[in-house]
Amino acid sequence: MAQKVFAGVTVDVNDEGYFTNPSQWSKEIAAEIAKEENLILTDKHYEVLNFIRDRYAKGDALTIRSVGNSGIIDIKGFYGLFPGAPMKKAAKVAGIPKPASCV
Amino acid sequence: MIKEEFPIKKVCIICAKGAIEDVMAALVMGNGAVMEGIETKLFFTFFGLDAITKKQMKSLKTSTVGNPAMRMPGGLPFPSILGMLPGVELGVSAMMKSEMAKLDIPPVDEFLDMITAGGGEVYACKLAMDMFKLKKEDLWDGVSGVLTVGEFYEKSGGLQTQIIFV
Repeated sequence: MAQKVFAGVTVDVNDEGYFTNPSQWSKEIAAEIAKEENLILTDKHYEVLNFIRDRYAKGDALTIRSVGNSGIIDIKGFYGLFPGAPMKKAAKVAGIPKPASCV
Repeated sequence: MIKEEFPIKKVCIICAKGAIEDVMAALVMGNGAVMEGIETKLFFTFFGLDAITKKQMKSLKTSTVGNPAMRMPGGLPFPSILGMLPGVELGVSAMMKSEMAKLDIPPVDEFLDMITAGGGEVYACKLAMDMFKLKKEDLWDGVSGVLTVGEFYEKSGGLQTQIIFV
């Protein structure tokens, strides 16, 4: 198990950099991870991050469709916030494990 | 551990079949690629055109005859002769769709929307369009164009490109 320091806090991550313990996450930590992904977080980003953290905490499958139906953002907007691989990037910044869904 | 020395940069997916499971296989592969940040182009040909034809795309079916993997719920064999009975194909197709919906797999039109929202492109095959007497206006509005096979290969260039045939 690897560890990384974000915003002065040591967190547990796997070898791809995903959190293994989501409770170690905070808004400040998210901003630091985002920097590594070349992102600057806006309020909209945080709304999406909170949504996917909630979903993860409830044990619901994390699909791109569920984000699109969240009422926070549509799918195009989600790709805009986390360009490239939005689900993986958002999961990393949200401090949850790598999403295991195929849709 | 996946080797990432030469990650896939582009996938071109050809869908030549119109059964719901074949179309879904192509759409899941396509959407999955878009979600990974891979440049994605979907090319629909022959019966696969149903998936992007306005009139047909919402009523794709699964075939209940000639499918040896088809079983009753619970795993009992499903004799092909049953599949010929009126209404069976519709019932089985409805069941397939409801099972997919449970896994948050969207219907065809919404799936295509998701793919294009992420930057994926959807094309139709010119030869099959001519054969089925289809016009561009018969197709789903998100279709980027109608291509010849040569144009398809032009769009498929690049060292780290994969072509997938469904």
